[in-house]
Amino acid sequence: MSLLALSDITIRYSRLTAVREVSFSMTEGEILFITGPNGAGKSSLLRAIAGVTPVAAGKIQLAGQDITGQAPENIARLGLSMVPEGREVFGSLTIEENLLVGTGMQARDRTSRARTASDLEAVYMTFPILKDRRNGQAGLLSGGQQQMLVIGRALMTNPRLIAIDEPSLGLAPNITDQVYERLIALQAQRQLTLLIVEQSSARAMMVGGRMILMRGGQIVLDGDARTLGSGEAIQAAYFGYEDH
Amino acid sequence: MLQTLFDALSLGSLYALGALGIALIFGVMRLVNFAHGDVIAFCVFALLWPSTDAMAIVFAGQLPWYLLVPFVLLCGAGLSVLCEIVVFRRFRNANPATMMIASFALGFVIRYFLLMLYSSRPKSISLLPALSQPIEIFGARLPLLQLITIVATMAILIGLTLFLRQTRFGLEMRAAAENFSMARMLGVRANRVIMGAFALSGALAGAIALIFGSQTGTVDIQMGASIMLMAFIATVIGGLGSLGGAVLAGFLLGAASVVMQVALPVDARPFRDAFVYGAVILVLLFRPQGLIAARGTKERV
Ligand SMILES: Nc1ncnc2c1ncn2[C@@H]1O[C@H](COP(=O)(O)OP(=O)(O)OP(=O)(O)O)[C@@H](O)[C@H]1O
Ligand SMILES: [Mg+2]
Repeated sequence: MSLLALSDITIRYSRLTAVREVSFSMTEGEILFITGPNGAGKSSLLRAIAGVTPVAAGKIQLAGQDITGQAPENIARLGLSMVPEGREVFGSLTIEENLLVGTGMQARDRTSRARTASDLEAVYMTFPILKDRRNGQAGLLSGGQQQMLVIGRALMTNPRLIAIDEPSLGLAPNITDQVYERLIALQAQRQLTLLIVEQSSARAMMVGGRMILMRGGQIVLDGDARTLGSGEAIQAAYFGYEDH
Repeated sequence: MLQTLFDALSLGSLYALGALGIALIFGVMRLVNFAHGDVIAFCVFALLWPSTDAMAIVFAGQLPWYLLVPFVLLCGAGLSVLCEIVVFRRFRNANPATMMIASFALGFVIRYFLLMLYSSRPKSISLLPALSQPIEIFGARLPLLQLITIVATMAILIGLTLFLRQTRFGLEMRAAAENFSMARMLGVRANRVIMGAFALSGALAGAIALIFGSQTGTVDIQMGASIMLMAFIATVIGGLGSLGGAVLAGFLLGAASVVMQVALPVDARPFRDAFVYGAVILVLLFRPQGLIAARGTKERV
């Protein structure tokens, strides 16, 4: 059974149709990249899955449940953790507080408190810089450190699916490499399901997995990242040469 | 000198508590709640039995203080939460101007409801009369009430700070105040946080009602409005949505009012408020974002 399934999703902002009848599904443990140029509708799609942008038509299912039109907090409770575009760190909170915001979904008994503590330790193991500055203001972290923080924050909710919008945004290439290195290691270690949005397909080719290419609110290509990425088709699809 | 300091602190306390009540709600839902002053008025009137007679029929006002205080705080919290459930919840996704108008209208509804039950005449009430006894500190004679006002305000501020910093609910409120939709994506329940903010804000309104009621000894439909104007100004000067800023600005405004009352030449004293508002304009010219700019002025989704 698929973990996430979208069928014929359409998203409109008043007159503009940002996403048009998009369907795809993901299985547990999969890495799926959604790539495409500016304005392709990638972020809109991710926000719709998280429940913060309403869909005009279509249906979204998470773990077999219909989540279309559900409140974001309820979708989070069903196991989706979202890292939105621009990261959205809680800048006035400390780093540790940022990590703890999403742990309120668990019951408040002794075992779950112990679990939270060990989850926190695990995040600190992966990103030692966060531990060093745990009581510092999150807004003062550099872009790369903030990206690590929001990935850690997403992990703390023990999600079944993590959706990340442009983790490379505004980061130097070597920092992006570091972020991906840890993300992929975490994925392998915990059997995470990852839905990653990036503008360029280069990263998807490097990492591997499945890739969907969007343009003008629609899916134009869907397949294995490495085979798709090396073909000519992707150039045409990305830039839309066939339109000219 | 000491007397002036205490006057400034106790007036500032009222403004600070009022500003805090507005800032709490603004923080989580970007609503400038004009009905807040009427919640204060409601709490004061709750001390009396409904009647349009000139004589006040004291009702809850007779309770011993350890019952009176929780009663009034609960009245405020209850009405405030009711406002959120009945009115503001419908406007969650409306733009801030629409919400502001709604709060304005709601304020009038509460006010006229009170007028209907109690008539518009101010009534006198002696609330906790033991507190008007003067006491002597460092050679100055101060009303005990003033001292209690200041101590109670400090206790409220410390309690609220601890609540926001140390509890799970406080963490969720701070996260939601900074970035509401991100907090929701992390499973923070929107309704719970907003109702919590309204409850706290309403309880603060109750505290103001108690203090103001015992200071003035009258129950008047206008009393909420007079504090609220200064409290609104304090929230704006403090940096809309910044709790610390609201408190700081509340005390500064209290101090400015009292100091001008003392320092201005006698002829100019009736125009004291003009000077205070003049100072407000100056502050806003130099720091339009407020003394402490609030984080996360990001739009809610
Ligand atoms: N809140 C909004 N209101 C109105 N229009 C919007 C809104 N958000 C996005 N759009 C429009 O919807 C279209 C898709 O935007 P979206 O942000 O989903 O694209 P994207 O693929 O994420 O682009 P980028 O790679 O630049 O982030 C664009 O034309 C954009 O202008
Ligand atoms: Mg985007």
